[in-house]
Amino acid sequence: MKNTDISDPQYFHKVVDCQYACPAHTPVPEYIRMIAAGRYGDAYMVNWKSNVFPGILGRTCDRPCEPACRRVRVEEEPVAICRLKRVAADFKEDVTARMPKPAARRNGKRVALVGGGPASLTVARDLVPLGYSVTVFDADAKAGGMIRTQIPKFRLPDSVIDEETDYVLNLGVDFRGGQRIESMKALLAQDWDAIFVGTGAPRGRDLDIPGRKEAAANIHIGIDWLSSVSFGHISKIGRRVIVLGGGNTAMDCCRSSRRLGGEEVQVVVRSGFDEMKASPWEKEDAQHEGIPIHNFLVPKEFTHENGKLTGVIFEKVKAEFDAKGRRKLVNAGEPDQHFPCDDVLVAVGQENAFPWIERDAGIDFDEWNMPKVDEKTFQSSNPRVFFGGDAAFGPKNIIWAVAHGHEAAVSIDKMLNGEDITQRPLPAVEVMSQKMGIHEWSYDNEIDLDKRYKVPHRDLGIALKDIKSEVELGFDVELALKEAGRCLNCDVQTVFNAPLCIECDACVDICPMDCITFTQNGEETELRTRLTAPAKNLAQALYVQDGLKTGRAMIKDEDVCLHCGLCAERCPTGAWDMQKYLLEVTHAGSSCRTPRRSAA
Amino acid sequence: MTYLAKPKFHHPGLPKNDLGYTHRDYEGTVSTLCAGCGHDSITAAIIQACFELSIEPHRVAKISGIGCSSKTPTYFLGNSHGFNSVHGRMPSVLTGANLANRDLIYLGVSGDGDSASIGFGQFAHALRRGVNMAYIVENNGVYGLTKGQFSATADRGSKSKRGVTNTDNSIDLAAIALQLGASFVARSFSGDKQQLVPIIKAAIAHKGAAFIDVISPCVAFNNHAGSTKSFDFVREHNEAVNRLDVISGRMPIEVQYEPGKVEIVEQHDGSTIALRKLDADYQVHDRAAAQAFLQHHAAKGQIVTGLLYVEKDADDLHGHLHTVDTPLNALNEKELCPGQSALDKFNASMR
Ligand SMILES: Cc1cc2nc3c(=O)[nH]c(=O)nc-3n(C[C@H](O)[C@H](O)[C@H](O)COP(=O)(O)OP(=O)(O)OC[C@H]3O[C@@H](n4cnc5c(N)ncnc54)[C@H](O)[C@@H]3O)c2cc1C
Ligand SMILES: Cc1ncc(C[n+]2csc(CCOP(=O)(O)OP(=O)(O)O)c2C)c(N)n1
Ligand code: SF4
Ligand code: SF4
Ligand code: SF4
Ligand SMILES: [Mg+2]
Repeated sequence: MKNTDISDPQYFHKVVDCQYACPAHTPVPEYIRMIAAGRYGDAYMVNWKSNVFPGILGRTCDRPCEPACRRVRVEEEPVAICRLKRVAADFKEDVTARMPKPAARRNGKRVALVGGGPASLTVARDLVPLGYSVTVFDADAKAGGMIRTQIPKFRLPDSVIDEETDYVLNLGVDFRGGQRIESMKALLAQDWDAIFVGTGAPRGRDLDIPGRKEAAANIHIGIDWLSSVSFGHISKIGRRVIVLGGGNTAMDCCRSSRRLGGEEVQVVVRSGFDEMKASPWEKEDAQHEGIPIHNFLVPKEFTHENGKLTGVIFEKVKAEFDAKGRRKLVNAGEPDQHFPCDDVLVAVGQENAFPWIERDAGIDFDEWNMPKVDEKTFQSSNPRVFFGGDAAFGPKNIIWAVAHGHEAAVSIDKMLNGEDITQRPLPAVEVMSQKMGIHEWSYDNEIDLDKRYKVPHRDLGIALKDIKSEVELGFDVELALKEAGRCLNCDVQTVFNAPLCIECDACVDICPMDCITFTQNGEETELRTRLTAPAKNLAQALYVQDGLKTGRAMIKDEDVCLHCGLCAERCPTGAWDMQKYLLEVTHAGSSCRTPRRSAA
Repeated sequence: MTYLAKPKFHHPGLPKNDLGYTHRDYEGTVSTLCAGCGHDSITAAIIQACFELSIEPHRVAKISGIGCSSKTPTYFLGNSHGFNSVHGRMPSVLTGANLANRDLIYLGVSGDGDSASIGFGQFAHALRRGVNMAYIVENNGVYGLTKGQFSATADRGSKSKRGVTNTDNSIDLAAIALQLGASFVARSFSGDKQQLVPIIKAAIAHKGAAFIDVISPCVAFNNHAGSTKSFDFVREHNEAVNRLDVISGRMPIEVQYEPGKVEIVEQHDGSTIALRKLDADYQVHDRAAAQAFLQHHAAKGQIVTGLLYVEKDADDLHGHLHTVDTPLNALNEKELCPGQSALDKFNASMR
């Protein structure tokens, strides 16, 4: 294998599993260390810079970082990365003074953002301090998009949304609440320098089966119903509720129903329980609130009497796999089942809808009626018009909307500075040795064996009485410290300097995870089989350095390294060093413009 | 040296031996030796050997003297019996223990100071008696623990860290072990586990006095230019006569070797050593030839490593003394005091 080029920022970026998996590449271990040190404000600002909504995301993020967390591979459960983010938000001091200052002077460029959800607000956050005049149009009165209208208050209180949308709006955004954009052509005619479409995926899919029309009064589209609940237009539901669908919307529907008078609330899904789209913790929370989840049942018909819904008939199915391994749901050969109920919530998916974009406005749409959007630049076929968030590639989540927003802002900033927007900026990398003394490191390298800590919940009896009472109470300072201690500091890298190595084997012997091997170099697949411990996780890199006196090479399997630094402590010559690689994604602004080399 | 204990987490794909243990289960507490010490590598090799042999830790007694080397039994086999004895006295403590309980596996761990100076006589007698043990000397050419004075194995002409030349002749412990009648003699290098681990395994399986001289650089006091026990010097002057594969009894010999290049050596416990010859003429069962070979190469400044000698039908002290099969410490009063008539009979036989 060729020598690993650690000056390529991508190499060590990938070793920081959580940060790599985070769409916005939040420097997770960096903020977790700050939380452990009680520096909540600093931890908040590290987050704010990357993901704009730490308090919101600390309660609601889909957390792609957690399944990626190294802790899963060496223990069982990931670090509670998401809930630690909330700790930063809960315990920070007043951070208003630390927010960006208004630009010294406006640059004269006007940008329109359609929709006031997380995608648009991120674009605004990145562009306003640079001097752009940014106007946000939203059909709703207040900013936040689905964060405000869909996510139930018992998961995310309004106060948190207000605080974090205000941080953005107070930068000097011209927010036009209650103003729906009805025509793209008209908007284009207003001569904006750039337009960003962040209108989300606002249409809930319906279920067209017999009885749908007749029983319409008691059949509700999940996301419409949730926003009505959010706005206070709906405050009760029947005693027996059936929620159709297995995604997170279904989980929010059933849990909201429990709080609005639903005593017998049941979720019914077509597929198997394990294949449900909802995150495992959402399913857990629903079940904890006494909501059963029935699987392998396909809705066939709504039953009704005198125009009133009486229940739903389901066909029992089972999963079968064809020769190509594709799964099909086929009749299980059991009698149909009738579930009596008073109300049904349909949460079987969301669609994009762009009724306000005329198809001859110069923006190309594809066969699925989605705008053609470049995956890197977020530009549409009209160079002045960009898409991001759920509007770009269909419904995802908040953190993806934020990531899109950052990239779209880079594109807009580059374009309006006359640059080629396909040339993307490299991330900024800061490298710092952590060595303080022979056994002293500026990070806590002792490995905690603690299992993941649970976030305390409000007593169920109280929580179910008030739809606005937040269920999760968050970690307190003590629990946060313990949970933070579980982080392995994957950004503190083992850096090898071959000319210093005397091949004493001390690092090989001390490494608790058998990561290090000195052996003849070879071709990767073959090399992976003859390491100290088998390197079977192909997704994780081998760190290769040759140039040793005996002609062998040092091969380190990054897979389960604990970043404990014992190799560096044991090395008599300092051939190993523990160096922190702090990688930050480059956002809109001067540093994104001149394409620059990595700092590493 | 490290202050932190080695974390309990281990690689999820670690192999397990017949007892269901991983090699991590054979560790002791974390070493307090200098970072990079060759002794720590020998520790790792012993751990690996015991793991591969699926040894039950409670069947092992580790006995040592005084020195950095003699501290190492704390760092391996944390669940075995241990006795950290007096300087140079490991061999007699081990002999006594072995006589009392012949059922344990005895690992004698010593240093060049411990065995070639203060304990030289002890070393000699344990070997000539054929005590069943694996006697490992972690040989760094200095008294490491007392800050690096030349030991008796330091070569004449080699330089101390401060530049002083050693004018005394050196003791070659492997050569002396051969001369004293050890039935298994090997030499290896801490920086070459591929060679060392099978040698330790074979020594443990050997019935009789097995002696291994392991060159083990002292990074603090004897790893400089001018030293003949440094990593660089040993690597440059290593003359390996053979390499071993130890195959335990139940496993069929599957490995295919080039004919003429491999010698199969059966051991008492049923295990087999496949000896891959690097020096085609080297005769591993010829004690006198081995001695001559060592002297010849030592004169040329070469360090001969490998399995140097193994006696075909070796026996041990218990065999020589015709002791009973039951360990002496397990004999009870009835067996030890068979009564007046037995005593009378015995006395009569002496008249
Ligand atoms: C029930 C439910 C629960 C969810 N829970 C989570 C969760 O826990 N975690 C998570 O990460 N994600 C969750 N999501 C997904 C998440 O809310 C969205 O992915 C995210 O809000 C998308 O952000 P966005 O900026 O693209 O658009 P949105 O948040 O959808 O915002 C779009 C905004 O544009 C406005 N708008 C639309 N058309 C126009 C127009 N023509 N003119 C003016 N304004 C317009 C809308 O009123 C809206 O305010 C959930 C979604 C639903 C439906
Ligand atoms: C009876 C006695 N004499 C002297 C000493 C001092 N002493 C301690 S260790 C040692 C030498 C150890 O050398 P070696 O066996 O080579 O071990 P190393 O530290 O080199 O591994 C000496 C002389 C002692 N502890 N006891
Ligand atoms: S252990 Fe810490 S740094 Fe490593 S992946 Fe998990 S959260 Fe990230
Ligand atoms: S930091 Fe070093 S010793 Fe610790 S697990 Fe990683 S490679 Fe092994
Ligand atoms: S501990 Fe240091 S000198 Fe020894 S083998 Fe490892 S990297 Fe090389
Ligand atoms: Mg010594």
